[in-house]
Amino acid sequence: MANLIVIAEQRDGEFRETSLEAVTAIRGIKQGDDKLSVAIIAADPQKHVPALSVEGVDEVIAVKATDDFQPDLLEALIGALVKDRAPSVVAVAHGVDAWSFAPTAAARLDCGLATDIMGLKLDDGDLVATRAGYAEKVLVDIDFPGKETVLLTVRTNAFEPASGSGSPEVTEMAPPEADVATTHEGWKPPADAGGIDIGGSEFILSIGRGVGDESNVEQYLELAESMGATLGCSRPIADNGWLPKARQVGQSGQLAANCKLYIAMGVSGSVQHQWGMKHVENIVAVNTDPEASIFSIARYGIVGDMAEIAEELENLF
Amino acid sequence: MKILVTVKQVAFLDDEFEMRDDDRGVDEDFLEKDLNEFDHYSVEEALLIKEAAGDDAEVVVVTVGDEDADDALRTALAKGADRGIRVWDDALAEADGVAIAKVLAKVVEREKPDMVFTGAQSADFGSAVTGMALAGLLGWPHAAVVCNLEYSAGANTATLRRELEGGLEEVMSVRCPAVLSIQLGINEPRYASLRGIKQAKQKPVDELSLDDLDLDSVGSASRVRRMYAPEKGQAELIAGSAAEQAKRLAEIIKELRGM
Ligand SMILES: Cc1cc2nc3c(=O)[nH]c(=O)nc-3n(C[C@H](O)[C@H](O)[C@H](O)COP(=O)(O)OP(=O)(O)OC[C@H]3O[C@@H](n4cnc5c(N)ncnc54)[C@H](O)[C@@H]3O)c2cc1C
Ligand SMILES: Nc1ncnc2c1ncn2[C@@H]1O[C@H](COP(=O)(O)O)[C@@H](O)[C@H]1O
Repeated sequence: MANLIVIAEQRDGEFRETSLEAVTAIRGIKQGDDKLSVAIIAADPQKHVPALSVEGVDEVIAVKATDDFQPDLLEALIGALVKDRAPSVVAVAHGVDAWSFAPTAAARLDCGLATDIMGLKLDDGDLVATRAGYAEKVLVDIDFPGKETVLLTVRTNAFEPASGSGSPEVTEMAPPEADVATTHEGWKPPADAGGIDIGGSEFILSIGRGVGDESNVEQYLELAESMGATLGCSRPIADNGWLPKARQVGQSGQLAANCKLYIAMGVSGSVQHQWGMKHVENIVAVNTDPEASIFSIARYGIVGDMAEIAEELENLF
Repeated sequence: MKILVTVKQVAFLDDEFEMRDDDRGVDEDFLEKDLNEFDHYSVEEALLIKEAAGDDAEVVVVTVGDEDADDALRTALAKGADRGIRVWDDALAEADGVAIAKVLAKVVEREKPDMVFTGAQSADFGSAVTGMALAGLLGWPHAAVVCNLEYSAGANTATLRRELEGGLEEVMSVRCPAVLSIQLGINEPRYASLRGIKQAKQKPVDELSLDDLDLDSVGSASRVRRMYAPEKGQAELIAGSAAEQAKRLAEIIKELRGM
């Protein structure tokens, strides 16, 4: 029997649904009488038990502490669970919060570690995780020789959220002792969108670093308008201040929630950009690099120079 | 006052590439290398703090890598970092982020900086491990994906913002010294001036072996079993001249938009 543990998360008291994707990833390697436990730290952990009562979860470990994000507390929790239960796997969603504590805990506890995994299997008893590299152009199978416990962070949208009802036992656990070095001071919500509505738009023309220069951007604003599209962009374009942040598509920007047609020009297709648009039914990619990973999620592809394509398109709308 | 910034020379794939014979990596011939994009921002952040503090502050850049990684150090030195450290040993050829962090932890113990900045992630494998693993080994306060920082040289606390999903940011204070992983967009990284590039050649770079750091071996937290190209997507390629491609694209747009 092996202990499998998922660290579920909340933010400001709100359950993070990505925790259920981590449950799915781990459920996939659960065998025989393995025990799958999900731990959550919150001011009112009982509140999250229903969300975690899904098929395959045998136990919810409720740690009553704070709703504030405290990486030191989460590390201490992982440390305590590893010590008490010697789990073979501890998994958490690869959200930004996990970036602050998963590698820290793994290094301190000398566990195996793989981040941002999109596949997980047992191969002859060995745990093998799959992740991507080189801007999503390669896949890497990773194993963990000699490691009794392996920590994994699970890529968003790579696994379906766990569903089906379950009736896990609930264990209350006192918060582990931790030297907490951070203090939550408040939130800064995203800046006002100024009427730009990526989330509501059905047709988005998006530009990435392939646009080359700030002086070229205006042309795409005009092209988008004449086509009836909303202009979106990848992060570097917003970071450079060439377009407002409200146009940025992706994990730290907007989700193209209602989009039906997404034209990505000069966008490589990083995982964070894909987060915001991968689901769109009709994706057209224009890129000079035939190996760009954006082509792997596109319905139509044009290998070519976006400037030339844009110039031609201008004559057609 | 000293800020240590870790920098990495990352690899990019050529448009076409082949795997190594052992199928555990890409053939070196198809890799191009450059300073990790995130590290431009962390170096800049350190330089801004140094400039605000005046002459007493020092910015030290450190990399774990073979000779190729010298370029990363020189780039940072040309922007204004004061000196560099490069650690290498062939035993590190397959080191993962945790193993690199073990080496960096020794460098931190030697240098005793007031602050350590790393990039939030590397552009090649995006593991986002090294900085926070380093913090764990040191037992230092830490925060990842920092997109805004208020810290004056030598202060006991820093106030920062962590960039979360969907454009939300958390304001957080952290005890110092700390390890912070720096996010893209936190500042506007400078380009090196011609004078800076010239001066960088004169700046000291320490070359250290594992021995120098009293390390006989460094274990990784993972091992690459196999590296391979993903299955190709189903994209229907539109061929022809730019004019023909654009014409077909316009048809697709008009059809899907019901125009
Ligand atoms: C925590 C975190 C959150 C992030 N959030 C986001 C996010 O919300 N959104 C986001 O986009 N990124 C985000 N990023 C950044 C992300 O990792 C990538 O750096 C970014 O998406 C790359 O943007 P890009 O595709 O425009 O640039 P690149 O990756 O540089 O790609 C440029 C592409 O343009 C092509 N190209 C070059 N010239 C031409 C030409 N003339 N014609 C056609 N094609 C050309 C190139 O072949 C290449 O594929 C985030 C990163 C982190 C760490
Ligand atoms: N070999 C290395 N030498 C120095 N710093 C590194 C090295 N590898 C990673 N880093 C640092 O860790 C950051 C994130 O890297 P990673 O964990 O590889 O995603 C980089 O931006 C660097 O600051």
